[in-house]
Amino acid sequence: MGVLTFRGGIHVPHAKEATEKLPIVTCPAPERIFLSMRQHIGAPAQPVVKVGDEVKVGQLIGQAGSFVSANIHSSVSGKVKKIFNKRIMGADTVLVEIENDGQETLHEDIKPHGTCEDLSEEEIRTLLGQSGIVGMGGAGFPIHVKLSPPENKPIDSLIINGAECEPYLTNDHRLMLEHGREIVEGARLIKKCLGVSKVYIGIENNKQDAILAMEEHTRQDSDIEVVALKVKYPQGAEKQLIYACTKRYVPSGGLPMDVGVVVSNMASTKAVADYILRGMPLIERICTVTGSGIKHPMNVQIKNGTTIEHIAQCAGGLAEDFEKLILGGPMMGQAAPDLTIPSTKTTSGLLFLNQEDAFIPESTPCIKCGKCVDICPVFLQPAYIARYAEKGHMAKAEEYRALDCIECGSCSFICPSKRPLVHSIRIAKRKILESRRK
Amino acid sequence: MENLIVTSSPHIRSTRTVKSIMGDVILALVPASILGVYYYGTHAALLIGVTIVAAMIAEALVQMIRKQPVTLHDLSAVVTGLILALNLPPSVPLWIGVVGAVFAIVIVKQLFGGLGQNFMNPAMAARVFLVISYPKLMSVFLEPMTHAVSGATPMALIKAGEMAALPNMMDSFIGKTAGTIGETSALALLAGGLYLIVRKVINWEIPVIYIGTTFVLTFLLGGMDVEFSLYSLLSGGLFLGGFYMLTDYSSSPISKTGKIIYAFGAGLLTVIIRLYGGYPEGVMFSILLMNVCTPMIERYAAPKVFGGAKK
Repeated sequence: MGVLTFRGGIHVPHAKEATEKLPIVTCPAPERIFLSMRQHIGAPAQPVVKVGDEVKVGQLIGQAGSFVSANIHSSVSGKVKKIFNKRIMGADTVLVEIENDGQETLHEDIKPHGTCEDLSEEEIRTLLGQSGIVGMGGAGFPIHVKLSPPENKPIDSLIINGAECEPYLTNDHRLMLEHGREIVEGARLIKKCLGVSKVYIGIENNKQDAILAMEEHTRQDSDIEVVALKVKYPQGAEKQLIYACTKRYVPSGGLPMDVGVVVSNMASTKAVADYILRGMPLIERICTVTGSGIKHPMNVQIKNGTTIEHIAQCAGGLAEDFEKLILGGPMMGQAAPDLTIPSTKTTSGLLFLNQEDAFIPESTPCIKCGKCVDICPVFLQPAYIARYAEKGHMAKAEEYRALDCIECGSCSFICPSKRPLVHSIRIAKRKILESRRK
Repeated sequence: MENLIVTSSPHIRSTRTVKSIMGDVILALVPASILGVYYYGTHAALLIGVTIVAAMIAEALVQMIRKQPVTLHDLSAVVTGLILALNLPPSVPLWIGVVGAVFAIVIVKQLFGGLGQNFMNPAMAARVFLVISYPKLMSVFLEPMTHAVSGATPMALIKAGEMAALPNMMDSFIGKTAGTIGETSALALLAGGLYLIVRKVINWEIPVIYIGTTFVLTFLLGGMDVEFSLYSLLSGGLFLGGFYMLTDYSSSPISKTGKIIYAFGAGLLTVIIRLYGGYPEGVMFSILLMNVCTPMIERYAAPKVFGGAKK
C-alpha cells in the first residue's frame, strides 16, 4: 500500500518516545472539578444547576447555548459548590465547581440509546446533539453541526483523523491500540448518520501497530479503509488530510463539506460509540502528559474539569526546572499562564517544558531564504505576509492571502532567522476580520 | 505557581540558523578555494584572506557607526568576502580585494538595510564595480601552475573563435585554465553546489535551469556545435554564478515559479551577451540584470494558494 500525503510541510522531531508505549492509566478523581461552560467553538453553554444541587455522573450541567454549541455533563457525582466567572486563556469563562463525593453515582439517564442497526440517521443526529461531543483535537467543533450539512452539500466520504502529527502527543495512538473496537463502532454510526459510502481512517505510518490494529478491527467493513499517511507535519490538518486521502482541494475559505467530506477526530469518534451504544456523554478523555518538565510522562484518562495541578501531581509532579506549560502539542498548542486552569474536552495534551526546552531563540532579520514559501502547506508566502503585517499594511497582507493561513506554525518552525511568522500572520488575520466587520 | 512563560505557538524551532546556512556555503566553496590556491599560488590565498577580513571589518564598522548590533557571527560577511575573492583574477593587488569588499558590504549590502535587504548580489555588484573602475588590473589572468601571465582566458578564446588554442576538455572541467581564483573548476563548484542542494541551502531550480538554459541556447544559437557548447558550459563563471551568486537569497525571487522565470532569464541574457555582445563573458551582467528584475518577477509569480484561484 502506498503512503498518502500532501504538498509542503515539515519534518518535526517526534518526541513521542516517552509515552507511545505507555498504556492508558486512569488519573485518580480529584476532590473537586471545575467545569468550563466554554469548551467548544460557538456559544458558551448555560449552567442548568444551582449552588447546592446534588449532581450525578453524566448529568447535564451546562445546556448548549445555541445550535453551534454543546452540552456539558458532570464527570463526578457530588454537590455544586460554586458557579463563578474566571478569565481563562483570554476569555471570560463561567465555571461550575462541583465537590466530588467519590461515589461515582451514575445518572439515571445513562443507558444505551440503541444500536447502529435500529437507529435512523435522524435519531443518531438528534442524540449526538445531546451528547456533548465536540472535535477533541483542539478546535472543539460540535459534532452534530458537522453532521448536519445543508441539502446542497452532498457528503460522500468520512475521514477519521488518526494522523497525530503534533510532536509529543500519543493519546490518539494509544486510543487506537486500546479502544480500536469502539472507534470503529463510532465510525459506523457516523457513516450511517451521514449516509456516506466511504470511510478512511488516516494514520501516519510511524504508528505501524495502530495501523495493524485498526485494520484488524475493520476486517469485515469493506467500505472502511485504513490508509497509511506519510510522516510529515501538518498531516493531520483538515485540508491537508482531505487532500492526502481523496486528492480534493477544499476551496479557499471553504469547509470540508464543500468537497463532500466530513473529518472526525479519533477520540470524538470513540465518544460517539460511548454515547449511542452505552449512554455515556463526553465526560472523560485521554490526555498525553509529557515533556521534560514533568517527572513521569504518561497517557492518562482524565475527568473533564480536572485542574492541571492535579494532573501534574498524578504524573509525579513537576521537574525542578519546569518553566512552560502548553495545552496541546508544541506546534499549535497554547501556552498556559498557570496550573490552576481545568481540563476540557479538547485537552489532548499537557506539555511541560523545562528551561532548556522552553527556550525560544532571539529572532533576527529575514534573509529571504524562502524556506517558509517552500514548506507552506497552503502555498502562501509567509515571509511577505508577516513583513506587511509587521509594518501595519493589513490590506497588503490580505492581498497575499493571509486569511488562507491555517496557523500550523510550520513557517515559524523552519525559519532560520527564528522569526515569529505565524504570530504576525495571526495578528494580520484578526485585524483583517475586524475591519471587515466594521 | 504563577507567571509561567507564555509565548505564541509554535513552541519549538528547527535547529537551522542563518549561521549554519552561511557555514554550509563556506564549506561548499572550500574545494574551489583550495584548487584556486593550488593553481594560482600563495598570492591567491592572501587575496582570499584579505578580502574576507576586509568584508568583516567593513561590516563591523558600518554597524558600529549606525549603532546596530554587530552581526559578524552570522558569517554572512565572510561569505560575501569569500565569493568576491573567488571572482577576482589571481594577479590583482591586495588592495583591489579591499576596495571590492568595502564596496560590496558598505554600498550594496549595508546602505540598503543589511542582510536580506540588498537588491543586488553584493559580491557580483562589487566585481562589476571593479571591472569598470580598474579594467586593466581586472583583465590580467594567470596560467595555472606556472603563474605566467595568460594570453587570454578560455572565454576570450571562444569569443575570438580560436577554438584550437583552448585547453583540453578535462582541464576545463577540473579548472586547470586561466580565470578568476574560484570560477575555473566546474568540478569543485558542482560538488559544493550539490552539497548545498542536499543541505537544502539552495533549491535545484535556479542553478539547473540557469546552467541548462545557457547550455541549450548556446548549442541552438551557436551553430549546433557540441564541442563549442561544452567549452562554453565549462569555461567562464557559469558554475560559480549559477550555484553561488544567482541563488543569493535577497536578490532572487522567493517563489518556485519566480525562480524558474528568473533563472531562465539569466540564462538567456548570458547567451545573448556571450554570443552577440561586446564582452566575452555574460554571467556577471546577466545576474545583475536579473537581480533588478526580481521585484517585478515576484509580483507576477506568486504561488497559487491551496484550493484558491490565483489572485
